[in-house]
Amino acid sequence: MRALAGVSLEVDEGEFFGLLGPNGAGKTTLINVIAGLVRADAGSTRVMGADVRTEYRRARRMLGVVPQELVFDPFFTVRETLRLQSGYYGLRGNDAWIDEVMHHLDLTAKADANMRSLSGGMKRRVLVAQALVHKPPVIVLDEPTAGVDVELRQGLWQFVRRMNREGHSIVLTTHYLEEAEMHCSRIAMLKQGRIVALDTTRNLLGSFSGLELRLHLDRDALPPGVPGQVLHAESGEFRVRLADYRQLEEALARLREAGVAIREMEVHPPDLEEVFLRLTGSGA
Amino acid sequence: MTRFGTLFYKELLRFIKVSIQTVAAPVLTTLLYLVIFGHALEGRVQVYEGVPYTVFLVPGLVMMSVLQNAFANSSSSLIQSKITGNIVFVLLAPISYAEFFAAYVAASMVRGLVVGLGVLLATLWFVHLPVHAPLWALAFALLGAALLGTLGLVGAVVSEKIDQVAAFQNFVIVPLTFLSGVFYSIHTLPGFWQRLSHANPFFYMVDGFRYGFFGASDFPPFASLAIVSASLLAVSSATLLLLRSGYKLRH
Repeated sequence: MRALAGVSLEVDEGEFFGLLGPNGAGKTTLINVIAGLVRADAGSTRVMGADVRTEYRRARRMLGVVPQELVFDPFFTVRETLRLQSGYYGLRGNDAWIDEVMHHLDLTAKADANMRSLSGGMKRRVLVAQALVHKPPVIVLDEPTAGVDVELRQGLWQFVRRMNREGHSIVLTTHYLEEAEMHCSRIAMLKQGRIVALDTTRNLLGSFSGLELRLHLDRDALPPGVPGQVLHAESGEFRVRLADYRQLEEALARLREAGVAIREMEVHPPDLEEVFLRLTGSGA
Repeated sequence: MTRFGTLFYKELLRFIKVSIQTVAAPVLTTLLYLVIFGHALEGRVQVYEGVPYTVFLVPGLVMMSVLQNAFANSSSSLIQSKITGNIVFVLLAPISYAEFFAAYVAASMVRGLVVGLGVLLATLWFVHLPVHAPLWALAFALLGAALLGTLGLVGAVVSEKIDQVAAFQNFVIVPLTFLSGVFYSIHTLPGFWQRLSHANPFFYMVDGFRYGFFGASDFPPFASLAIVSASLLAVSSATLLLLRSGYKLRH
């Protein structure tokens, strides 16, 4: 089975890049290829210019990956885990940085706790810390906030944004589209192993310009002449896609002419979720 | 060096943290073999002139512990890491397949030798064991531990579940160690079984190791050393190729 096909993309240094797509689109496979966990049958992958196969040592030193699965080694404490991970990257005497990372991820109080005793959210923080022990210029976060409480999410984003400001490139996969919209400057959307969109977040949102008008009316049918595309209509509630504000004015005028009373009304600008749904044609 | 050193240290720490299970338990089990077989067969079996059966038994049991524990260490550590997924931390790091191999095998050798030494020290309380050529014994212990540590690594790489590793251990490693002349001299076996024993690489390890204590063996020790060394070379070369290919580790 082919998991990825013809995926070609480049992430610039210092960029905050989003990788979106439905389950099974190939996001994690792509990350695993970059990380050297899976070997691609064809094509080449480079991290900061280093080929992930022929120059794997340099490529892996440049890369910090936060895996999606909540994995840990039950034999060790948090500090032991981070020291071992430093050693795997050839680093000795990394305690000052380990302490700093633990501090920013709110792990200091748990430094000597066994990994087994930590909650899921705490284990996730350790995974993030492990990916950062060697200060990699490229940080890959594979669904970092899946099943994570709000408090950690805030702290995690603050820390990741700080790393990004300091020049680290960030590659993020997420199901939470608002996260991608909020943090990523550029986004690739994958579907069935192919890139279906690759652009700046602003352009992606712009290319899907339009408004969604949500109405609750005093009757079950829209009067004739209301512009736009009806997305949903059920017992007086309607969702209508409009091209722009002129169409909105027009729609309101038709309703007034028909003597329809508006009970509730909302107007939504486009969001990434719509872009995503339209491009991938499936649920997020 | 730091990368190999760290992985080696992590593997040591792993078994030391559970040393009741990984060191004390196998030492006790082996001592039970010695007490039971020694008691049952003492005076009935004499293999070498002037060597009581219980004394004859000790080097074989020590070597059996070395071999089985070296295998158990690399195989259980790696299969657990594969199943729980934490092998990813090692695979993400710039650790070469040769460093990976060396760290797992070296830690397995330490575990095997520690358990073997534990058995040896414990038996000193109730048997007087001669030591004819300690360097011979050490050479066979090191080579045997390395070979079994390597086999453990292979077992865990190719397996996907713990019971596959357990099957390899129970249906291959355990029979080969038990049938390697730990409890008897192969000269006491009927011709067919004697010839079959010569096809068992474990026989040469046990026999050569025993030579280091009694100065007597079923097979010339130089020849045994050559066979064990060649086996180690062949198995570790194949294992390095397996690891380099990324088989079942890097999909």
